[in-house]
Amino acid sequence: MLIPVSIAISMVVFMIVHLLPGDPIDNLLRIGSSPEDRALMVAKYGLDQPLFTQYFLWMGAMFQGDFGQAIVLRRPVIDLIGQNLPYSLVLGGLAFAFSSIVGMLLGTVSAVVKNPILERFVRGFILLGSTVPGFWLALLLILAFSVTLGWFPVSGAKNWQSLVLPVLTIGFGGVALVARVTRVALQDAMREDFVMLLHAKGLSPGVILIKHLIPHALLPVVTILALRIGWILGGAVTVEFVFGRPGLGSLLIRAIGQRDYPVVQGCLLMLALAVMIGTLIGDLAQASLDPRVRENKS
Amino acid sequence: MLDVKNLAVAFGDIEPLSSVSFSLKRGEILGIVGESGSGKSLTALSIIGLLHLQGGRITRGQITFEGQELTQLAEKDYRKLRGGRIGLITQNPMTSLDPLQKIGSQLDSVIKLHLGFSQAQARERTVELLDSLRIPDAALICERYPHQMSGGMKQRIVIAMALAADPDLLIADEPTTALDVTVQAQIIMLLKKLVKERDLALILITHDMSVVAQTCDKVVVMYAGRAIEQGSVQYIFHGAQHPYTQALIKCIPHGLSKGQKLTGIRGTVPTVKNYPKGCAFHPRCDRAIAICSQQQPALIAASDAVVACHLVGESA
Repeated sequence: MLIPVSIAISMVVFMIVHLLPGDPIDNLLRIGSSPEDRALMVAKYGLDQPLFTQYFLWMGAMFQGDFGQAIVLRRPVIDLIGQNLPYSLVLGGLAFAFSSIVGMLLGTVSAVVKNPILERFVRGFILLGSTVPGFWLALLLILAFSVTLGWFPVSGAKNWQSLVLPVLTIGFGGVALVARVTRVALQDAMREDFVMLLHAKGLSPGVILIKHLIPHALLPVVTILALRIGWILGGAVTVEFVFGRPGLGSLLIRAIGQRDYPVVQGCLLMLALAVMIGTLIGDLAQASLDPRVRENKS
Repeated sequence: MLDVKNLAVAFGDIEPLSSVSFSLKRGEILGIVGESGSGKSLTALSIIGLLHLQGGRITRGQITFEGQELTQLAEKDYRKLRGGRIGLITQNPMTSLDPLQKIGSQLDSVIKLHLGFSQAQARERTVELLDSLRIPDAALICERYPHQMSGGMKQRIVIAMALAADPDLLIADEPTTALDVTVQAQIIMLLKKLVKERDLALILITHDMSVVAQTCDKVVVMYAGRAIEQGSVQYIFHGAQHPYTQALIKCIPHGLSKGQKLTGIRGTVPTVKNYPKGCAFHPRCDRAIAICSQQQPALIAASDAVVACHLVGESA
């Protein structure tokens, strides 16, 4: 499944990138270069060949682990990705952990505690979190905590303080989503028939929640979290850019601006790969939690 | 051992259950019969103290279990009774077990909780218990998940769970409704045997009059949230005076030949929100008289039974 999807994605990625107007050569030529110079450059990078041929050349190289050479940045694409990916992984990983843990806690509390004020607060939070766009929230946070209060740096990636705001920005939407799913899943689990029998066994509500209801609620939550893995890396694209952090997102945005085809293709493929790995992890986690899923697989 | 007096249950303003009284001794099987919505399950939930899960509460009456008043019992003490001294068998075995946990651990947990056994001791008892219920390969079954078992097998597991901590009272809420007819008979036989062997008291809630006839010692007939007639099984099947009970018995199909029509009771059970004035059964009763739609009949003690019907009052 992974292989045909990868090939399909590579085609889409390649086409999207090459259908953009403009090309990287404009960024390479000095002002006052002649059309002949330009033609020479185009030929040098193979951009004069049919798209079809270009695609197969690129894919052929990819199969050998060669991401190609950045046209504008003049370095191997793999180096650029290798340099930027760790930043994105740290940011994405922290944002993922933040949204999972806080989201599940919030969702559980809102499902279990019957308090109208808390209920309204959580629902308001969920609504905000699901609708506020990341880049706008980022600007708001920078304005409040960096410019006005001066607690965290405005941009950069020098120390841990510089991680706080980006993690909050990316994690916020995730917290809301995870909280909502957890809440609904828990409420559904509470309505299941077997809960009555658990009470009839004499188990305390706490034990029932932790040992029986939460494992049930985790099934949909895990699915959502797995989808988030790719989403968070993709969502980090604009946030990295707003906070001026190095990372896959910043690299991608710069490369798009310069029409640096191999870099854009490399970055997009990495993001697509993350989504696929996320889905795979989700399926595996689902199987480890639910014996019924395990059985259908084998 | 169990004494229920004048029990009434409310959900908000509506009172779907009122003036239910009965008592039960060890070794006895009490049947509670009635159509859907007559308050049978609410009675069961009241006894085991889980009414609040469905949003209801006991408003009047007493439930005394082995000298202990249950309606005033603290939740913490109630939890010791539940699963410990009172076992519940639920209606639908297909959905009554946690699908994510192995059968064994679901049984072990009751034993550990109420008897304070270690894991190893608990598992030993679980296996013994399953063996005694004639569940083959008990040790193997413990490692299975609920979805890998048949409905009848699951109901046996649910029964085992109710028995795990050696209770004194079993409440079986329509234990056979969701099962095949052949399996139904097996489960009923099993329950009957358990009552005899373990000297239990059993409350069997059902809408199947033929099951009642085969198993119960005493019967409470419920209609629209009230016990309208109760007595020994002989009385109910041979001397019932309430038109509703008589109609229920008439509905039991026996020895029907092909083409013969099944008997039913015309109309439907009223919903909680519009219980009729007077005797709740009068709109469906063939023998209703003027007073039936005016006044609720009181429970009248008649020899070894109790009945609530104006007709009985008239003749007495």
